[in-house]
Amino acid sequence: MSRRNLSIALTGSGGSGVMTTGNMLLEAAAEAGWYGFMGRSAGPQIRGGEAAALIRVSSQPIESPDDNFDLVLAIDPGSMGRFVAEIPLRTDSLIISDSEGGRRSSSLPDTPAQLLDLPMKKLAKTVKGGRPNMIALGAIAKVIGLAEASIYSILENMLKSKGPDALKASWACVQAGFAAAQDLPTLKGPPITTGSSRERWSFTGNEAAGLGAVRGGIRFVAAYPITPATEVLEWLAGSLPKVGGVLVQAEDELASINQIIGASFGGKPALTATSGPGLALMTESIGLAVCSEVPVVVLDVMRCGPSTGIATKSEQSDLSIALNGLHGDAPHLVLAPTSVTDCVLTTQWAVHLAETLQTAAIVLSDQSLGQTRAIVNRPADIAFMAKRLVPEQFDEVYNRYAVGVTGVSPMSVPGQAGGQYTADGLEHTVAGAPSSLPGDHLAQLEKRERKITAFEYGQHWAELEGRGSTAVITWGSTTGPVREALMRLRETGEHVRLIAMRLLAPERPEEMAAALDGVEQLLVVEQSHSKQFYRYLRAAYDLPADTRVFNRPGPLPFRPYEIIEQLAEWSAQS
Amino acid sequence: MTAPSACALIQPKEYKSGVKPVWCPGCGDFGVLGSITKALSGLQIRPENAAIISGIGCSSRMPTYLSTYGFHGVHGRALALATGLKVARPDLTVIATGGDGDGFSIGGNHFMHTCRRNPDMTYIVMDNQVYGMTKGQASPTTEPNWEKGKLTPGGTGINPFQPLVIALASGANFIARCSSADSNGTARVIMEAIRHPGFSLVQILSPCVTFRPEQREWKNMLIPAPVVATSDPAQAARRLLTDEGLFTGILYVGNRPAYQPTLEASIDDVAKLDEEFQL
Repeated sequence: MSRRNLSIALTGSGGSGVMTTGNMLLEAAAEAGWYGFMGRSAGPQIRGGEAAALIRVSSQPIESPDDNFDLVLAIDPGSMGRFVAEIPLRTDSLIISDSEGGRRSSSLPDTPAQLLDLPMKKLAKTVKGGRPNMIALGAIAKVIGLAEASIYSILENMLKSKGPDALKASWACVQAGFAAAQDLPTLKGPPITTGSSRERWSFTGNEAAGLGAVRGGIRFVAAYPITPATEVLEWLAGSLPKVGGVLVQAEDELASINQIIGASFGGKPALTATSGPGLALMTESIGLAVCSEVPVVVLDVMRCGPSTGIATKSEQSDLSIALNGLHGDAPHLVLAPTSVTDCVLTTQWAVHLAETLQTAAIVLSDQSLGQTRAIVNRPADIAFMAKRLVPEQFDEVYNRYAVGVTGVSPMSVPGQAGGQYTADGLEHTVAGAPSSLPGDHLAQLEKRERKITAFEYGQHWAELEGRGSTAVITWGSTTGPVREALMRLRETGEHVRLIAMRLLAPERPEEMAAALDGVEQLLVVEQSHSKQFYRYLRAAYDLPADTRVFNRPGPLPFRPYEIIEQLAEWSAQS
Repeated sequence: MTAPSACALIQPKEYKSGVKPVWCPGCGDFGVLGSITKALSGLQIRPENAAIISGIGCSSRMPTYLSTYGFHGVHGRALALATGLKVARPDLTVIATGGDGDGFSIGGNHFMHTCRRNPDMTYIVMDNQVYGMTKGQASPTTEPNWEKGKLTPGGTGINPFQPLVIALASGANFIARCSSADSNGTARVIMEAIRHPGFSLVQILSPCVTFRPEQREWKNMLIPAPVVATSDPAQAARRLLTDEGLFTGILYVGNRPAYQPTLEASIDDVAKLDEEFQL
């Protein structure tokens, strides 16, 4: 019987080719007409150290890890130990590993799952230039019901640059692995549909964010490398020049943020991407962008903090600094994508909003979105573009910071005669001259606040789904597991609402009140040890008296059954 | 503000915004303000096509006093702001201004890397060897035995930073030293600096009459550089390392090409980027 979903983990020590194998498997799944994704879990080593490719495939679009894994392929048995917590198993899960004739079986962790032996090293040695990971690929294909031939075109495509010998060796290994797995049990995946479609895409959240940025109109990016945001910058480095944009590698994050402010002042929509430590360095200058009303977008691909934390793994713990990290009263935008695909929309929307409102937008993605490659439906085209209010003509006196009704004042572009002004981080008059007068301070504070609070953000502020008197509220990457949990409950006739926030600042009290109307029980789900999201909700919104929190730090992702359990426990108590 | 008419020559005073400077009477920065306006007038750069970018400090107030576009940013980051602007808008004349603390202490990393990167812009540093805005602390260019610094009462005891030597070693393409007292001479050097491709550094000794009143004597101590500007870094290094900071003039003129990535698109439709993601 085929399954709707299959979760497969590949583990190996450094250099064993786990990520390559995982990517090939995901490609094969896409060829078979499946949806799916591959997350990455790795230690800090540059080369070497254990790594795991965490894959889930499905006949339906999916964005959440499953409750546990069906199949683990440990290319070397010692590599699995590190990932026991990240790869939950059932008694009927399969672990395929290489005991090397019984010598290494003791290095597998204690597990309830069934252990199966596959002599990957030995088989690889029978092929000139053969590698155990390609044996593993062939074996997995057999176990999950992918045709042997379907792997060939993927090898051909992905090994193009390595020459015919590499292709020949890899193909021989895949065939050997496939043959050797004849005796293993099968875990048949979803039904195979042939003929891949241009309507199906494959990308990582980091690439998706880059695409959203360019679609929104970003044409200048300053970059300082940092895990796990680097791939956003690398994608943009290759893509921006195609559209007449430019990426500059800066000397540090202080330079990145200031370069984008300079470029944006010059009229080019500008962005930088970083992670927590970089965001912390940038906060002073994000305040400058707010005060001088120069639009910028800062994408923070979050990782475990504080300090260097766990640089390679995910957490939602930069929420507080993103919301509250700027000194002074500095109203700005904070947004968060709710899935890999949504990295496109949210980043694009952030560009549009920052440019429209002439302020700084912080977008909070995270490692689990950014570094996950997903097979998805083509993201919808949305019309959000950078559209800055630029004066067409100038009066005798141009007041760059005129207070006006909306708070958004026309922003001249260098080169426009008569539009000269000095953008300033000093408090200023309407004309932009420095001022320490209380009246100017109050007027400009109100202007900068009003322009973002009075704006009509529309439906995208949150994803609202379902009905009922119980709701789960969440944000960012935890939306995936929450959504899947609620979908499973719906299939059993139980209705729970989902509120997944995309716009975290400014606060939207009226929209939230409507979303919570009739909700008696509210469960807050977040991946932070200090309940940053819950504290924010408490401060910003009126919540039902019966509100609970399900939180934990990274890097362990939430799994749908855990959310179902939390809700069940609660209803059993009440 | 009104745009100057297209035909008449733009006079130096038309580059002033009319905002009254916060500087102390006698401050060297007044002279530098005059030199900048003369240089812009000398080159007939229209005010809307120039941008003056600064950080924080007395001399960093400069953009506000000019009728060009300007950006008065945060402490130490003027060169990063200016780099972003110049790369995005190569058509503009970009001038960064600031002091020794802003440029060489908190902004030291950007100073080094902007010299290295060599964007086509001019950096005017008004060096008075003291933090004036915070009322009299030693700066990176303060001599080690200056005992009036309020954070370093016994003197800093550490060697001063040598901005021109560092600039040369880091790859700046034009290096000059001027005196704020010589308004016309400084204006001529700034014009040369703006004209020269790549990153041009103009250090202007600009006395702080309030916290370093002895600097009033500078005007009698400076020596015009005895030889013409060299394009040989080794010769320039020897000169800069032996002149005790008192030679004025254009000291080095390099020939490195300026940093300017192209901004021409190779595809006509952003939607073409989608193709790499389609299965």
